Amino acid sequence: MTKLLSVHDLRVGFGRDPKANEVVKGVSFDLDPGQTLAIVGESGSGKSVTALSVNRLVDFGGGRITGGSILLQRADGTSLDVTKADEKALRPVRGRDIGMIFQEPMTSLNPVHTIGAQIEEAFRLNRDLTGAAARQAALEVLDRVRIPDAKARLAYYPHQLSGGMRQRIMIAMALASSPRLLIADEPTTALDVTVQAQIMALLAELRAETGMAMIFITHDIGLVAGIADTIMVMQQGVAVEQNDTGAVLDHPRHDYTRHLLQAVPHFSAGKAAREDGKRAGGGEPVVRVEDLVVRFPVGKGLFAPKAAVHAVDGVSFDLLPGETLGIVGESGSGKSTTARAILDLVSRQRGQIAAKAGQSKRPIQMVFQDPFASLNPRLNVEALLAEPAIANGQRKDGALRQRMRFLLDRVGLPEDALERFPHQFSGGQRQRLCIARALMLNPDVVVLDEAVSALDVSVQAKVLDLLIDLQQEFGLAYLFISHDMAVVERISHRIAVMFAGQIVEIGDARAVLSDPQHSYTKRLIAAVPAVERRNQHFAVDVTQVPSLVRPAGYEPPPARWREAGADHRVRLEAVP
Amino acid sequence: MSYVVQRLLTFPLILLGVSVLVFVSIRLIPGDAITAMLGTEAGMMTPAQRAALAAYFGIDQPVWSQYLRWLGGLFHGDLGISSIYGKPVLTVILERFPLTLQMALMSMVIALLIGVPLGVLAATRNERPSDLIVRIFAMLGQSTPSFVIGVLIIYVLSVYFGMVPAMGTFTPITVDFWASIGQLIFPAITLGFAFAASVTRIARSAMLDVLSDDYIRTARSKGASPMSVVWHHALPNALIPVVTLSGVEFGYLLGGAVIVEQIFALPGLGRLVLDAITQRDYALVQGSVLFIAFNFLVVNLLVDLAYVALDPRIRLGGR
Amino acid sequence: MKKALAALIRHPSGRIGLFIVGLYLIIAILGAVGLTPHNPLQQFMLDRLKPPSGNFWMGTDLLGRDTMSRLMLGIGQSMIIAFASVAFATLAGTVIGLLAAWWGSLWDGILMRLMDVLLAFPAILLALLIIAIVGPGTLTSVAAIGIVYTPIFARVVRGPALSLKRRDFVDAARTFGSSQRYVLTRHLLLNLVAPLAVQVTLALAWALLTEAGLSFLGLGTQPPTPSLGLMLSESKNLMTQAPWLMIFPALTIMLGILGFNLTGDALRDILDPRTQRRDA
Repeated sequence: MTKLLSVHDLRVGFGRDPKANEVVKGVSFDLDPGQTLAIVGESGSGKSVTALSVNRLVDFGGGRITGGSILLQRADGTSLDVTKADEKALRPVRGRDIGMIFQEPMTSLNPVHTIGAQIEEAFRLNRDLTGAAARQAALEVLDRVRIPDAKARLAYYPHQLSGGMRQRIMIAMALASSPRLLIADEPTTALDVTVQAQIMALLAELRAETGMAMIFITHDIGLVAGIADTIMVMQQGVAVEQNDTGAVLDHPRHDYTRHLLQAVPHFSAGKAAREDGKRAGGGEPVVRVEDLVVRFPVGKGLFAPKAAVHAVDGVSFDLLPGETLGIVGESGSGKSTTARAILDLVSRQRGQIAAKAGQSKRPIQMVFQDPFASLNPRLNVEALLAEPAIANGQRKDGALRQRMRFLLDRVGLPEDALERFPHQFSGGQRQRLCIARALMLNPDVVVLDEAVSALDVSVQAKVLDLLIDLQQEFGLAYLFISHDMAVVERISHRIAVMFAGQIVEIGDARAVLSDPQHSYTKRLIAAVPAVERRNQHFAVDVTQVPSLVRPAGYEPPPARWREAGADHRVRLEAVP
Repeated sequence: MSYVVQRLLTFPLILLGVSVLVFVSIRLIPGDAITAMLGTEAGMMTPAQRAALAAYFGIDQPVWSQYLRWLGGLFHGDLGISSIYGKPVLTVILERFPLTLQMALMSMVIALLIGVPLGVLAATRNERPSDLIVRIFAMLGQSTPSFVIGVLIIYVLSVYFGMVPAMGTFTPITVDFWASIGQLIFPAITLGFAFAASVTRIARSAMLDVLSDDYIRTARSKGASPMSVVWHHALPNALIPVVTLSGVEFGYLLGGAVIVEQIFALPGLGRLVLDAITQRDYALVQGSVLFIAFNFLVVNLLVDLAYVALDPRIRLGGR
Repeated sequence: MKKALAALIRHPSGRIGLFIVGLYLIIAILGAVGLTPHNPLQQFMLDRLKPPSGNFWMGTDLLGRDTMSRLMLGIGQSMIIAFASVAFATLAGTVIGLLAAWWGSLWDGILMRLMDVLLAFPAILLALLIIAIVGPGTLTSVAAIGIVYTPIFARVVRGPALSLKRRDFVDAARTFGSSQRYVLTRHLLLNLVAPLAVQVTLALAWALLTEAGLSFLGLGTQPPTPSLGLMLSESKNLMTQAPWLMIFPALTIMLGILGFNLTGDALRDILDPRTQRRDA
């Protein structure tokens, strides 16, 4: 059987002198028809550039193939060297032989064309279908990717659909010509966990139906465990390990692969949860939140808004010193709004937030998600660290600088960082700066709102370790907001699961993760990809997130709870 | 939809503000109004005659009462009588407006016909020689004042072609199409030159932005032809800034291009206002400035409506 | 600041723009201290309407005055008016735009409506009104151009200020309890320097253009002080006999505007946030 794709010693570079700026430095791999290859790596590994070279889209981003060959076997049996072909020869290949889906479904669809028009275009270009035939084909393919109410959706514009639906449409477009090869460049990275599971299941099903080959790019080795036949691990432009999936996952040979498998946070249903919980010993909570309600008015009634988005609908919890409460949920769950309400960044309609009277005027501090956006690019580190102190009346004197140096050291940054500017640091370093800044005022509680989500997996692990160290040293309480179950498992003593603005389950981390009680928690945990789960298959499920908009004045029914263990409460679900 | 409604509501407010500003500022102009109106004749009038004239024009009343009277007249479509022409202000304005309107339209047509294709061309050939040439042309065009071009055109026409552009009269387009176009073509080119340069630059930069967007990459991955990528996928997204700029420029041109009218001796709106100010024709100044502001706001509103048509995100709202 | 200058010099069109602006500044200074080839006001009755020659490099005008010396003074006039008016507009516009963005809702509406009223006036007409009230002259030109351009600065500042207000580092400042003054100056204003710088150079170009236009109409700097626009206007009637009287002022005006435009463009390229994102 001849190979579908044969890549040999591929080299790709950027800029005015591509040979001197190589991002891919001699990568080789083969692909049989119907085979799925996963390319795993972190940022800078060259995995995306490799994928974009297969259909030569890399040329449009300023890249040039500087060496090697890519042999593609086309449907008619001929072989084409992609690296040497010109645009004219490449165009029929794109779309017809090679389909592609991208990472950001939000920006990958043309905002001014209806999705019907965009899908029909794919059919027109690659299967020569026009008019009614194209429309029929579009309807069929929408059904295939499980989009409900397909006929009406054809007239929709991209911005009217959710991220998961947009990605399905991308898949539909890529499938239009029944390509022999589908390249998926981090297609689920920007999606919620449950949506991600749905898309992965869809891809697995389509692959089985059509027998197409797939190249799947990702940074999450656990994600591809169930779908890939072979795995290629890339680091710094080079393939460091390449083998069948089973071999790579069970017997990794390269240190980096081992690092990705072991050092990086992976979800293990409670087995990796922390042991040093404080609840058993009792004690005075350092912050107590009761019945927090945040609603945003929507629409313009004549005198008062007619409806409201119930972002947070009666959330209560408390935190002991030295304890981490992880709040997990997907987009729209209200977890970030909860964090912001606690810090008074967003006004609340109701709710008590009582912090223990401590030594600091501002006992609750926050670390934000985007390390680039939470540091003023025009101020140097010294000014950035000094701001909280100055805002609270301290003077910029020797004692203050001493504290800065102390904290910089504790977070693992060099002393000369004081004169430097944010852009001179990497993402992980900037987040350390944010942590140091949050500690300047000696807070009791630190709220971490997706604080490691924007970092590479290796960096995540280090920052999480740092946070745990700091917690143990200073007795800090953490409120850790995240959508990433693996990360939450690693750092939390207790976990609260949020859905549609309410906590549906709360308790000891191990208990919640290993024995989930609420239906949503079960669904959430079932959707998390993990290496151990590689042989499970997910059913395709099209449940949508409920709307949070309610008429003005609506009050949800009071919460009823049941105890499922010593520290494990579950919200009773409404009887359907 | 509420977007447009909001804009419609602020419309009258702004006009009101403009009217107050004009009303007050023209009365701040020093010098005796009667003298300014009538020139040397005024010196030969008796105080009684002056008072009678002042009463006729209503300028002997306190300012706020004059304003209210004028505002009242506004609702009847009565903008007062022009002291220079002795005719109703509205009539005088409407006599001059067609020329200004036509010139503005012609300039815009020239600007768009040249600017959009050039901008798109330059964006698609980014960093190559043709791009550089277009950028140089656009830069020069924007840096050349209209009066320089106007004077140059007259120079070239008179020295090399012995032509003297017809000045002073104007045949509206409805009466004689080609004659009308011919009369205004040179002033329109003068104005259109800088306008075209601006359109070129904004079209180019908008296209460059759009061409690096993700959905263009998607279109290419589907196998779309380069033509289709540029004209079908990219351009509709790049039009919004072009429309904004063209609308604003067009709005300004509707206010009369004073300098160009001066050079080519055209009886347009700009010179009308200039003369009215220098000769203290209060009613004419107020009326014409209000008229110009009104047009400007209408054009702005049209631009906003164009956004709604061009961008489905505004039309249908987000999730 | 130094980094910006260095980047400008490296940028191909920035280099040219900076050179022209620098040249004009030098000429303006030379003119101001009197280092011109001839006395610009002196009428050489025997050398009237002479084409460019060894003595008068750019020829003489109807009254026998040296074109080149007059041009040098004219450049100085234009530069003074341009810088002064733009300084005024920048200050006023930035304050208004910043406060409108910061206070939001009602005040934003009021302030920006006021700006809209000013904007609804065509620039030249507004300038004409102001000049009519105060009388033509240098100071008036400064005031007129400054007032006309203020709303544009307000708009240019308000947009970025609104999005900066929503950035995480402003939220962080709120969690510390930083004072409003600190946030406005250190967080907002510092980050507005980039778009402001670009707009300032473009405003300077526009100010030059408008000032020339106003003097062309006879409403700007009054004679006998030479001004570029007036020289061009005077040359109109003598075009066929003495083209040099038209060519040199026209070129001088154009080159000046071009210089500022090029610099502004180069600044815009350099300060483009896309080129600032240097990490993966």
